[in-house]
Amino acid sequence: MNRRNFIRISTLGAGGAMFGSIGFGNDREPSLIDRLTGNTHPVESGYTRTPTYCEICFWKCAGWVYKNDQDEIWKIIGNENDPHCNGRLCPRGTGGVGMYFDQDRLKTPLIRTGARGKQEFRRASWDEALDLVAKKLDFIAKKYGPETVALITHGSGGKLLATLMKAYGSDSVAGPSYAQCKGPREVAFGLTFGTGLESPEPTDIRDTRCLVLIGSHLGENMHNSQVQEMADAIDRGAAIITVDPRFSTVASKSKFWLPIKPSTDIALLLAWMNVIINNGWYDKEYVEKYTTGFDKLKEYVQPFTPEWAYGITTIDPNMIRDTAKEMANASPAVIIHPGRHVTWYGDDTQRSRAIAMLNALLGSWGRRGGFYLPELKEIPEYPHPPFPPVAKSWRDILAGRYPFAELPLANAIVDGSIKGNLNDFQYRGWIVNGSNLNMTMPDTRKTLEAIQQLELLVVIDTMPMEITGWADVILPECTYLERYDVLRNDHNREPVIALRMPATEPKYDTKPDWWIAKELAGKMGLEKYFGWKTFEEFLDYKLTRMGSSLEEMKKIGVKKYERTSGDLYFSAENPPVFDTPSGKIELYSSQLEEAGFDPMPRYTAHEEPPEGYYRLIYGRTPSHTFSRTSNNPNLSAIMAENKVWVNPKVAANWQLKDGQDVWLKNQDGSTTSFPAKVRITERIRWDSVYIVHGFGHTSSQLTRAFKKGVSDAALITKVLLDPVMGGTGMRGNFVTFITENPDKEVKA
Amino acid sequence: MRFAMAIDTKKCVGCSDCVVACQTENAVPIGYCRDWIVEVNDGTYPRLEMEIRSERCNHCSNSPCVRCCPTGASHYDYGGTVLVTPHKCIGCGACIASCPYDARYTHPKGYVDKCTFCVHRVKEGLPPACVAVCPTKCLYFGDTDDPRSEVSQVLKKRKYKRLIPEAGTNPNLYFLI
Repeated sequence: MNRRNFIRISTLGAGGAMFGSIGFGNDREPSLIDRLTGNTHPVESGYTRTPTYCEICFWKCAGWVYKNDQDEIWKIIGNENDPHCNGRLCPRGTGGVGMYFDQDRLKTPLIRTGARGKQEFRRASWDEALDLVAKKLDFIAKKYGPETVALITHGSGGKLLATLMKAYGSDSVAGPSYAQCKGPREVAFGLTFGTGLESPEPTDIRDTRCLVLIGSHLGENMHNSQVQEMADAIDRGAAIITVDPRFSTVASKSKFWLPIKPSTDIALLLAWMNVIINNGWYDKEYVEKYTTGFDKLKEYVQPFTPEWAYGITTIDPNMIRDTAKEMANASPAVIIHPGRHVTWYGDDTQRSRAIAMLNALLGSWGRRGGFYLPELKEIPEYPHPPFPPVAKSWRDILAGRYPFAELPLANAIVDGSIKGNLNDFQYRGWIVNGSNLNMTMPDTRKTLEAIQQLELLVVIDTMPMEITGWADVILPECTYLERYDVLRNDHNREPVIALRMPATEPKYDTKPDWWIAKELAGKMGLEKYFGWKTFEEFLDYKLTRMGSSLEEMKKIGVKKYERTSGDLYFSAENPPVFDTPSGKIELYSSQLEEAGFDPMPRYTAHEEPPEGYYRLIYGRTPSHTFSRTSNNPNLSAIMAENKVWVNPKVAANWQLKDGQDVWLKNQDGSTTSFPAKVRITERIRWDSVYIVHGFGHTSSQLTRAFKKGVSDAALITKVLLDPVMGGTGMRGNFVTFITENPDKEVKA
Repeated sequence: MRFAMAIDTKKCVGCSDCVVACQTENAVPIGYCRDWIVEVNDGTYPRLEMEIRSERCNHCSNSPCVRCCPTGASHYDYGGTVLVTPHKCIGCGACIASCPYDARYTHPKGYVDKCTFCVHRVKEGLPPACVAVCPTKCLYFGDTDDPRSEVSQVLKKRKYKRLIPEAGTNPNLYFLI
């Protein structure tokens, strides 16, 4: 094995020599007292530390940034008082230092000089760049209306830019985190329980007896506190049931692994409901008291026997019964996990509804070991005048499509930027922040078609991502280690806030988003919406009204508050409230019915791969977040490229060798820009291939990530739209292998 | 006193946090590592098993690397840890060749480098960086001479194995299985 491989993979036989003897522990002679004080992090003496919360992913774990004796950033350690991480950051958070040190960072504002996408820019001062943006925004507002400008954003910096957009007169502020990720489950749980899940999801894994994961690869997606609680659950002997066509990491740790045929999850969920209802294994008291539509559901699921589901899912009927029994035995301390990235097949709201309904039958919502009742701290607003009315809101622009969408859809903004797609309306300008749309949005070609029709594209980012190559103006933001940001405030078991402050001065000529937003506002005559002089004042205003202060938060980083909404679970003192039309959990959704959708989830057979093609499945790896970390020196060292997972049977058919280069081509003829190496593994089904999302960068300025692996975005040209809320289902694409270089021109 | 580490393969998800935390804590140059992840797969779809291990120097009680070092740079230190004194190391590589665990590498500055069990932290009462950071808490570190230590306790309760025991090195890494 190569000493420089940080991750060494072997199959038994080849790696058999690594196995040693098996023994049991013996009592050992007593000796000196163990000097360890446990798993706490006392302040490392002699070093300065400043509080932050991580920006490498949306979990936003709070931590401490340590500097060494040369006053340079040294390491980042989790904040022990933070429930998102409990003092333990994940590899990406630990490797966050690499984001600061990356020499490929954007270093100065840039203004485009050549054609879009040609990567021809000239350096500009902040003043000149922001003047140009302000002027162009003013022009668009006068000619087309401010509502034709959209902000597409991911991360903490977007909050102040959103304020700017509202002040300007647009409410089209979208994150791909909604319609390309967790939107369907938010809508589904909202329709069922009257409230969505938000982030972190209120899954009470800490106290669960049975955790069911459907296509969710917890542990490969390092949703930190959830992974921690899952590891504790393994220690406690809780049962894990994993449904996945891939033998994921968590599948290997599960009591049951259901190697399901992709796209058939709804059939399995219906069969589980059939078994649980017909055997009387549901929580009768809970269902009786809190739900509506049970009789209709009971009648509806009668045909969906385990034998029926077997023919669809390929899961043994006994396995379906056994797992249903396992869940029922654990009820109500059971979690059918809602997942996070759930935009798969276009019926995702319905699949998420089935998950919500199964949780309701087992009585897990609002119960210990199921779903807890989270609480959020209210943060006072810094006073500002009321925002101007929006001439045409994002919902008006959707004109009745996707009636259950709760937030603007990034895909609708891309669609709506192409002439003729929305009749008389067309988006004319985008401000894109921390979101590499070329790799985030399905169908890169369509994204580029939309960009070519824009009057203005401003990109605010730390790195020369692909999207920056298409910008008119590039505004380099400093990394999270060099800036203040809004307070972190998420739903939790108890309300908790966290502070991010600069650990060091910004490197290069980079600026925080709040500064960019405020400066732009000044140039656009909107300064009254940004009444504060310094960001310290903005934060202190809020903190002093929350029983704290900026000074205190600088010392503690994280502050917890007492709950004011009652118990963590339903109780006599804390009776359930369901914000649905019936005031109950809606097993039968009258809202969906009224809007012309199935009131109960229906299994629909989805298209299957043609001969010689395989379903493209993509996912996460613990050391990276989407495409934003691929160039991070610390994290690229752990994993520099993605590989194409191929089942040995498929590899034999194609005569593929492990480590061989292949290009992937999809059903529409779209081919990857680069090859990826084949990983022949039993861990993937023979009807699918798997790649980790976020690789295959085409931006040559990303010196570590350029040409490393393949991007799924180019292969996802077929999008299965969810008619309920507009989510973009992305698992309906099929790929085949090209073993010879198709000599494709690389566009940067 | 005998420092040892137990690694719970049932909990480890192979996230590599131990690797990154070691790199930042110990300023290991990018592209090198003192600890790493091993994934071993067995079986045929869908009857599969997988073991994930976080590995590093075994700090063997009978270390071939210490025995073969011509300058005494490789030596036993605090609590039985096996350490390298950089200024005594001539970079001959004999220790690298002798290590059955492939735990050592030549640092770009010319000396041989490897896991120290973060002895600088341990002396201050802190756990090694990898142990402190592990999100799954699958790493246990402590004194196996002390029956009350966490590592002794977990070794009493759990089935474990050691790697390549036939090499006779008496390693101090225990893999809980």
